[in-house]
Amino acid sequence: MFKKFKINHYINYIIIGIMTAVLAAITLTGGRLDSSFIYMLEKMAISIILAVSLSLVVGFLGELSLGHAGFMCVGAYLGGKTACLLEPLLGNGILTFIISILVGAAVAAVCGIIIGIPALRLRGDYLAIVTLAFGEIVKSLFQNTSEESFGGTLGLDTPRYDKKYLFIFAFILVLVTLAVVQNFIRSKHGRAVTAIRDNEIAARATGINVTKYKLLTFTLSATFAGVAGVLYSFSNYTVQSLTFGYNYSIDILVMVVLGGMGSINGSIIAATLITFLDIKLATVLTGDLAVLQNLIYALILIIIVVYNNAPALKGFREKYNLNIFMRKLLRHKHDPSKIKDDAAKWDVVPTKIEMNEVLSIDLTPPEARDLTGKGGKK
Amino acid sequence: MSEIILETKDLGITFGGLKAAQNVNIKIKKNQIYGLIGPNGAGKTTIFNLLTGVYKPTAGTFYLCGEELKGLPQDKINHKGIARTFQNIRLFNNMSVVRNVMVGLHDRPEYKCTVFETLFRLPRHFKVEKEMRAKAKELLKIFDLEDERNNLACNLPYGKQRKLEIARALATNPKLLLLDEPAAGMNPNETEDLVKTIQFIRDNFDMTILLIEHDMKFVQGLCDEITVLNFGTVLAEGDTKTALSDPEVIKAYIGG
Repeated sequence: MFKKFKINHYINYIIIGIMTAVLAAITLTGGRLDSSFIYMLEKMAISIILAVSLSLVVGFLGELSLGHAGFMCVGAYLGGKTACLLEPLLGNGILTFIISILVGAAVAAVCGIIIGIPALRLRGDYLAIVTLAFGEIVKSLFQNTSEESFGGTLGLDTPRYDKKYLFIFAFILVLVTLAVVQNFIRSKHGRAVTAIRDNEIAARATGINVTKYKLLTFTLSATFAGVAGVLYSFSNYTVQSLTFGYNYSIDILVMVVLGGMGSINGSIIAATLITFLDIKLATVLTGDLAVLQNLIYALILIIIVVYNNAPALKGFREKYNLNIFMRKLLRHKHDPSKIKDDAAKWDVVPTKIEMNEVLSIDLTPPEARDLTGKGGKK
Repeated sequence: MSEIILETKDLGITFGGLKAAQNVNIKIKKNQIYGLIGPNGAGKTTIFNLLTGVYKPTAGTFYLCGEELKGLPQDKINHKGIARTFQNIRLFNNMSVVRNVMVGLHDRPEYKCTVFETLFRLPRHFKVEKEMRAKAKELLKIFDLEDERNNLACNLPYGKQRKLEIARALATNPKLLLLDEPAAGMNPNETEDLVKTIQFIRDNFDMTILLIEHDMKFVQGLCDEITVLNFGTVLAEGDTKTALSDPEVIKAYIGG
């Protein structure tokens, strides 16, 4: 089974793994990383987990979910609360961390199932509305809890970890997420999910249990949103329900869409860049300029979208295509039939007649042909 | 006396006041190629949708090899042994040809592999994947699609897309294959090729086939028995030649 080790299947593990290992080595050997840099790393890890898990539903299942921040919210509150409760018993260590992550993930998964069962009977816009409502309901539920239970409007304070090490665990969790999501997608079950996205009617007729796979994908996606939520609660020391509004769900969706639907590496890159942009804009633009933060953010997004889709820039895109560059780098033969982006479908017109056949028909009238029968074109 | 594969008993469905199909009785014997013909809107595809569980019949029932399948969901009916193709081709367009067939193999008991096993990449995952790929290639070879196995399904020419759809349906290991207008949009050469393919499937897969078709030459050349539908009711049935020369049938087609 190791005969054909496909490096492009593992490239994302390798890059993230090496990066984490290097940074971890620096921290563990006593080197000091800038605390704002560490904060950014944590946020990037959270964004990557969110984007990769949402791309399961949006990119591979083909359903629009606007409630991802809702699942994250559930994970953040429940995981944070677990950590608070466990701190006096187990101390502020790795065990508390792991149990909190597991609890957050499990509760988010249960929420995923509860929402999934009725919601996945709906399609497209309707599912989007239901998930959106779920996000808002969760948000206001936690906002209205009593102060002793989940902190109410003030938010829940979570135990303070030594921030130096959190990003290492966060990136380990990124690797776990990647492993689960990619192993799921690159299996027979992932194939069934993609089949449902491509043609649900045909998938049903081919014997795929559509409901089961939709629910499974949705739950898996919610689980990792929960994990990201717990990480968030550790990273911020406090969980406030207002953070997990509709806007946050849209932010995650933007990462998935910008990265390209159905591309996990794309989601990772987009999540990293957008988080970087977001935090840099917030720190660079201070004082009066802070007003411009959202404007510049939006402008950059528009530029990216236009660059990726404008027909006028097609030649430019192909010339400076990261994908082709990577292919050359990895010495892959360029096979146009394997390209999955719009370029492959761009100029394919579905016809029922093969063009060779049309072109080979002799259209010269019989009387104009010479005796050799080669046609009278000359 | 050969075994009866499919039997429908007074099968019917009404949409509101519209009787799309009523009192349809069909008996298909093993290894038969059975035709379902009729003018546009006669309810042929409706019958297919009833047999595959897209619609639930409002009257009557149907049996596959003596087992009642009425009311089962689509995937269960497929597992019991009815596979279909569609009038307007429905492939998984953004997946490669070989993967299309592998989706068809997905629910066969011999390729069972739980989600847990795939997530943790246990040995069975690799074994099943390998076997599925080999089986899919084998099927594609029969349909002369092996060289195109890594192309996207949407990039195939029309005739090959039709073939791929049949290959995918066969991958589910059905007892009865439903073909909805398999020759639609094909040129005479492709149609001739299709006749051979269908006969080949019957002989080599030990298959029973029910097909809808408008091309009468195609039907005459291929079908052992036919049922003619008009306005949701059976107009004539039986041996292909006799049924087609029935004056009622000629009237329904030509008018007058």
